[in-house]
Amino acid sequence: MAEAKKLVLIGNGMAGVRAIEHLIKLAPGAYEITIFGAEPHPNYNRIMLSSVLAGGADMKDIVINDWDWYKENNIRLHAGHTVTKIDTKARKVVSHLGVEAEYDALVLATGSNPFMLPLPGADKEGVIGFRDIKDTEIMQETAKTYKKAIVIGGGLLGLEAARGLLNLGMDVSVVHNQPYLMNRQLDETASAMLKKELEAQGMKFLLRKYSESIYGKKRVKGLRFSDGTEAEADLIVMAVGILPNVGLAKSSGIEVNRGVVVNDFMETNVPGIYAVGECAEHRGIAYGLVAPLYEQGAVLAKRLAGVATEGYAGSVTSTKLKVSGVDVFSAGQYLDSDDTRSLRYQDEVDGVYKKIVLKDDKLVGAVLFGDTGDGASLFSIIKKGESVKGKEKELLLGFSASPSGGSSPLARLESMADDEIICGCNGVSKGTIADAIKTKGCSSVSEIKACTKASASCGGCKSQVEGLLQIYAGDAAVSVKEGICGCTTLNRDEIVAEIKRMELKTIKEVMHVLDWKNTEGCSKCRPSLNYYLGMLWPTEYKDEKESRFTNERYHANIQKDGTYSVVPRIYGGVTSPAELKKIAEVAEKFDVPMVKFTGGQRLDLLGVKKEDLPKMWEELDMPSGHAYGKMLRTVKTCVGNTFCRFGTQDSIAMGIRLEKEFERLNAPAKVKLAVSGCPRNCAEATIKDFGVVAIDGGWELHIGGNGGVHIRATDLLCVVKTEDEVVEWASAFLQLYREQAQWNERTSTWVERVGLDYVKQALEKREDRLALMERIRTALDQTVDPWKEIIANKELRKNFEALNPVQAVQS
Amino acid sequence: MTKVLIGNIADIDAKGSRTFRLDDTEIAVFRLSDGDVKAVENRCPHKGGKLSEGMVCGQVVHCPLHDWKIDLKSGKVHEPDDGCVTTFETEVDRANGSIYINIRG
Ligand code: SRM
Ligand SMILES: Cc1cc2nc3c(=O)[nH]c(=O)nc-3n(C[C@H](O)[C@H](O)[C@H](O)COP(=O)(O)OP(=O)(O)OC[C@H]3O[C@@H](n4cnc5c(N)ncnc54)[C@H](O)[C@@H]3O)c2cc1C
Ligand code: SF4
Ligand code: FES
Repeated sequence: MAEAKKLVLIGNGMAGVRAIEHLIKLAPGAYEITIFGAEPHPNYNRIMLSSVLAGGADMKDIVINDWDWYKENNIRLHAGHTVTKIDTKARKVVSHLGVEAEYDALVLATGSNPFMLPLPGADKEGVIGFRDIKDTEIMQETAKTYKKAIVIGGGLLGLEAARGLLNLGMDVSVVHNQPYLMNRQLDETASAMLKKELEAQGMKFLLRKYSESIYGKKRVKGLRFSDGTEAEADLIVMAVGILPNVGLAKSSGIEVNRGVVVNDFMETNVPGIYAVGECAEHRGIAYGLVAPLYEQGAVLAKRLAGVATEGYAGSVTSTKLKVSGVDVFSAGQYLDSDDTRSLRYQDEVDGVYKKIVLKDDKLVGAVLFGDTGDGASLFSIIKKGESVKGKEKELLLGFSASPSGGSSPLARLESMADDEIICGCNGVSKGTIADAIKTKGCSSVSEIKACTKASASCGGCKSQVEGLLQIYAGDAAVSVKEGICGCTTLNRDEIVAEIKRMELKTIKEVMHVLDWKNTEGCSKCRPSLNYYLGMLWPTEYKDEKESRFTNERYHANIQKDGTYSVVPRIYGGVTSPAELKKIAEVAEKFDVPMVKFTGGQRLDLLGVKKEDLPKMWEELDMPSGHAYGKMLRTVKTCVGNTFCRFGTQDSIAMGIRLEKEFERLNAPAKVKLAVSGCPRNCAEATIKDFGVVAIDGGWELHIGGNGGVHIRATDLLCVVKTEDEVVEWASAFLQLYREQAQWNERTSTWVERVGLDYVKQALEKREDRLALMERIRTALDQTVDPWKEIIANKELRKNFEALNPVQAVQS
Repeated sequence: MTKVLIGNIADIDAKGSRTFRLDDTEIAVFRLSDGDVKAVENRCPHKGGKLSEGMVCGQVVHCPLHDWKIDLKSGKVHEPDDGCVTTFETEVDRANGSIYINIRG
């Protein structure tokens, strides 16, 4: 292989690093990569600074590629280094700290600088732009001690800054020199509606005002306008525009206009030097949004990798305001002109405004306010440039209004064409996401994000990505949404990995170390953590009964009136006259309102008073049937060859053996087994979590069945010959499920999520099965019958009894 | 104001609860993990679930029947549901652990 060429990237920002990401996928190892970044941070998502400021995200959530990523990809990163010189002859760059790097290819991705109005006093403390982490931190700090803020600029960035400052508790006024807010994205009507909405949120506006000077001593005190009026301010944020950062290029003899001039392949006039992102100017346009920059990055990566590309042809852009409670969308040519016609819809009751702009029967622009659900669809039609003749009204009134589309968001997603863009930031189409789910096995938003980049930038399309997950992955997806509950953003696998890595041993410790939002958790995470800890540390972990649901705490099913039901274990559904008599006597003695045969082949004593439970258990002198827990429930059996004329094996003995083997087994969800004596399958084994069907000379083992809400027939795992093998495979399968499924995920959903092949592979080798079997044995060896335990322990028993208040000690 | 001795702090597990009757009302007393003792009527405003059987997280209890969240300090039901339960004033004698409840009227 040829020696790797040297690539240097100046600017560790969104566009440049995105191109590198592409490049190392297209041509791994082709370049030795060095990156210089003026900011002392790894590559982060600049867009999300608005959310960080508004309190919706944490600084650490916005890192796109962390320090390890650079290491893993052999990229040398000089963070905190500003490149001050490019020597185009010697082909090397030098940083302000004197670090040099030679290059064969050089990429400029220096972004932009905020445009600071050259007002007298603009150098005072408390006057800043809004561009990077540092600016964001200054605003957060300022809000702690100061009250009044002015944002100059009523565009996207200015309004997002203003909203953030409002959330930080500041009194915020937005100064804008135009009569309308967001005049570069919205028409007058939408703009007026926006203003009204933001005013309701507490934002103040000073429109048609021209700033003249900033007054104060060392620190800013206020802003003076050209009409002689003034406004007080402790902080002034300028958000009036950006200027491509071209100083370095210019001084190095690279052709510069407004931005660094590039052709369709992102090449500058100097051979070997390229530019992407906000610093670049392509066909006269320097873009200020992420989507076009990413398109440029893709072209550049291909060029550098020597992969054919048609080149970059420019972008139509769309924008969305990321301010909570306000939905604004605009795309393309949204203002009317002589050669355009437009259709509008305005509903002042619900605060909805829609406008589409047509030119020669084609859709060229759109503005949406209040209901932006159709934004992505309209944007894709604009980009396609096809005739929309005859469909104009349908476009305006929304895809939801069309009879074919249906009215739910899901129906709308389903009817969307495959090439429609879902994630505008990263240009990810519906088809790409669907493919990631269907063929690449993505089953959560974070996996799709990692695989396709959809929702990785502003996150505005997350709900649509979730919708697609629901459509293409069904139940498997619903249960793997990010964060196991509202108390954490971590998912099951992340939590389990951290517990193992840091050897966390109590629920409290987990919540503390992993930064739980509610210090004591909720009814979702507490039981799940309790399960994971018990599964990971079977011999050490002390089960926390306070973190179990009522039923598992009192070892009976709570009924709607607060009484409980008692289901003793009846192995394999086989009882005896003596046992039945005993049950009958206990039922009579305690006045049990109802005795019922359950669907699991045993008896249920319903309507028992809580205080009677321990006494009843004592008199029954039978083990708990665990009809209440996320544990092994019943092992149903049919008659089998003991009596039945068709039976091929002893299904009753097999069932009883399995039930004795696994009784008291804790699991992510309830687990049901059954054994049928022949393929007629009277024990309904093929809708059980683990079903065994006898055949002549062997046993079929079936997994992942469910007879509940979402009925699912089992998959055939394998066929074995002996009873011992049945136990071995059952043990291995159940332990694999225990170790890998999410809490509250039945085997049916788990098998569907990970795939039958995965399970087969994991259980294929005998040594793996035996290892799993040993671990399940260890777990089972720790269990005791809970009824007996409670009967014997006064401390536990007290919780079944009421307190006896002593009347009036004092009046 | 009537002050009734209902039991001792040791009678209730941390994050646990016990119940007692006062005339026609069943009351649940909870011991929060910070040592606070709270008493509310043992009836969920939704469909009468016994709050004493629920899971205690911080200062809320999750009703065992349909998971409504009830704040034990204010008696208020958490959003998105709506409602409230009667709360009772409690007093703990830290010297001997006795728990008293104060009844108005
Ligand atoms: C007692 C019994 C009904 C009966 O009288 O036959 C029963 C009763 C309850 N079932 Fe069941 N299920 C009973 C057999 C079943 C069966 C049939 C079976 O096991 O052969 C099924 C379908 C098979 C399956 O699970 O694959 C069944 C599917 C469910 C489901 C849906 C599970 C699912 O994954 O979709 C629930 C809800 C849940 O678990 O979240 C449920 C929940 C319940 C609960 C525990 C509801 C609750 O949380 O309070 C019921 C308790 C009633 C009470 O007040 O005591 N029950 N339940 C059966 C006990 C069997 C036993 O001996 O242990
Ligand atoms: C608050 C905020 C919200 C935004 N919201 C959106 C949005 O919702 N949607 C959207 O599409 N866009 C949004 N943008 C714009 C978007 O962030 C930019 O278009 C994008 O980050 C530009 O990428 P870039 O790589 O060209 O520049 P940058 O991401 O700015 O990266 C350039 C990097 O180069 C470094 N650098 C510059 N000169 C040198 C040098 N000489 N040596 C070394 N390093 C150097 C800089 O420090 C910087 O880190 C927003 C921007 C901000 C500030
Ligand atoms: S089907 Fe099961 S959960 Fe539903 S009412 Fe009957 S016993 Fe209860
Ligand atoms: S009765 Fe309490 S939530 Fe329904």
